[in-house]
Amino acid sequence: MSQSQVSSAAPDAAVGKKTARPARNGEAARQETEVIDTATLKDWYRQMVLIRRFEEEARAAYQQGKVGGFLHLYIGEEAIAIGAIHALRPEDHIVTHYRDHGHAIARGLDPRRLMAELYGKETGVDKGRGGSMHFADVTKNFWGGYAIVAGHLTIAVGLALAAQRANEKRVAMVFFGDGSTDNGEFYECLNLAAVWKLPVVFVCENNQYGMGVAISKASAVTNVYQKASMANIPAQQVNGMDALEVYAAVSKLVEEARNGGGPRFVEALCYRYQGHSVADPDKYRDKDTLEEWKQRDAIERMRGVLEARGVMAEDLSLVNADVEREIKEVLAFAESSPAPDVSTLFDHIYAQPV
Amino acid sequence: MSEKTLIEAIREAMDEELARNSEVFITGEDVGPRGGVFRATLGLFAKYGPTRIIDSPLAELSIVAVGIGAAMNGLRPICEIQFADFIQPAYNQIVNEAARIYYRTGGTFTVPMVIRAPYGGGIGGGLYHSQSIEATYSHVPGLKVVIPSNPYDAKGLLKSAIRDNNPVLFLEAKKGYRLIKGEVPEGDYTVPIGPANVTREGTDLTVYAYGMMHFYCQQAAEEVGKEGISVELVDLRTLNPLDKDTVLNSFKKTGKALIVYEDNRFLGYGAEIAAILADEGFNYMDAPIMRLAGPDVPGVPYSHPLQDWFMPGPKKIADAMRKLAAY
Repeated sequence: MSQSQVSSAAPDAAVGKKTARPARNGEAARQETEVIDTATLKDWYRQMVLIRRFEEEARAAYQQGKVGGFLHLYIGEEAIAIGAIHALRPEDHIVTHYRDHGHAIARGLDPRRLMAELYGKETGVDKGRGGSMHFADVTKNFWGGYAIVAGHLTIAVGLALAAQRANEKRVAMVFFGDGSTDNGEFYECLNLAAVWKLPVVFVCENNQYGMGVAISKASAVTNVYQKASMANIPAQQVNGMDALEVYAAVSKLVEEARNGGGPRFVEALCYRYQGHSVADPDKYRDKDTLEEWKQRDAIERMRGVLEARGVMAEDLSLVNADVEREIKEVLAFAESSPAPDVSTLFDHIYAQPV
Repeated sequence: MSEKTLIEAIREAMDEELARNSEVFITGEDVGPRGGVFRATLGLFAKYGPTRIIDSPLAELSIVAVGIGAAMNGLRPICEIQFADFIQPAYNQIVNEAARIYYRTGGTFTVPMVIRAPYGGGIGGGLYHSQSIEATYSHVPGLKVVIPSNPYDAKGLLKSAIRDNNPVLFLEAKKGYRLIKGEVPEGDYTVPIGPANVTREGTDLTVYAYGMMHFYCQQAAEEVGKEGISVELVDLRTLNPLDKDTVLNSFKKTGKALIVYEDNRFLGYGAEIAAILADEGFNYMDAPIMRLAGPDVPGVPYSHPLQDWFMPGPKKIADAMRKLAAY
């Protein structure tokens, strides 16, 4: 694909409407990913179940008042984190938005410390300072979730600049929602990444709503991948409910970016099963559309792929049982961890001289 | 007259001004059918329709910028910033454009707009949903900054802000939206932008506060009153332009000043009050001027024990009052 060419798997996909279609290359992508061994796919399945169960428990804890503030759930979008993040190497960078639980778990951050962060405990990944929206772990090159819409894309561009300057073959992947793409910072970032040929992989999770507003009401261009054409960034649209399709597309883009091709852009079509946050009663969306999307559920799809490969249903039930065991540990860890001592309030304000 | 919450009073002010003047419109994130995340605009979309209650993209710069242009050309926009923390992308538009246009055109162009933003902590919102921004914006000449502390003032001040021919930043204590209740008359009245309000007469010391902290100061003043400490409480209401006369008159009476604000202490709004008292009230001074404020940490931390430590509340305020009274 040339630098100036913008292509799409589904140029006329009717985003935001009931008939939103998965990208047409889904079948080809699945063929490409047939080389992925079944043990790996089982692991991906497990991670998706873990993300969902983690969030269901987080929601319950929120409703019990154990988790406060704002809780934005990723339920329904798990395939994107799994497909995109597994296309990366450990040395690659990840920056994400406030709906960040799925990305953190897919990247391998310790779920016990993530839950502890939600509980505001000292053992949390940010020592309880950040909460749900700011999961981060420098040892995983996971530079965190950010709460300001579009404010974090800049950071990925900077990480990529540093990698380019150091002649490192590392890419910076940034996740953002469709809502971010109506914001001016988005355009500045695309432009810089393109003009400096930086190894940034832009991953738009198009769940078709910016908070309570449908994309068609907020965005003049609803096929978000087309917006990348303003910076001549090669872009495509994929079915974000299919981890394998996401993986196949993103793997290719990651390697192109890694090898000096400049930035790449992918739009993954998806739908959140919940409101914008747990506090959102979600009255603005059509229940039938939500049900249609649930029929394409990413976890069920992966289950189907595994069963087609001959994995027994009992085997997968054991995986689910193992996730339940881990979830119990995760919750026990969060519950039993200490809260930060108030004497630490003034810690971490200025870094010390090296 | 009926008792209403702070948010109901704010909604009523907007509703009445929308009905009164067809030039008034509202824009912001989810202000339309959803009625705003705090429900400040609930029901207004159904009543006034999509040309007057306009959902915006998640882009604060353009929410404010479009408001400026519309205001220059005869409309009266109410721009809602969903959380005060999100206002910073629009900083350039507010400071370099909205606040300067009247001055730089020699008094020719006006920008009659209101920017509403919920501010403050205490709701577990963490670093990006809890900030107090009043000091930063009160520093800007040409911009008015208003913070109501009760429903009556909220309705009357917001109406004045909408009718004002200048850009007004109208900050609302989100913690108080449903917590603070009070009598609000039906129908039209205004509270002028500018004058502060002595909300409690006292003789031993003066406490200066606004917004949520004023609410807590009332409780604290009540508490220490039982111990025989007589607190005079000044609700500043308008931070810029400041009512210096009321500030100084109360200091003249008590000679002791405590300024309570939730924003970071260093270079916060209380620093300006303290400087004015020192400059112009030196002869009345009976004690060091005291400030009780949020600590100088980069944002209100998420974890509850840390948040509670950050936030000034009735107990801390009462302790500060006792300390000052004993001086």
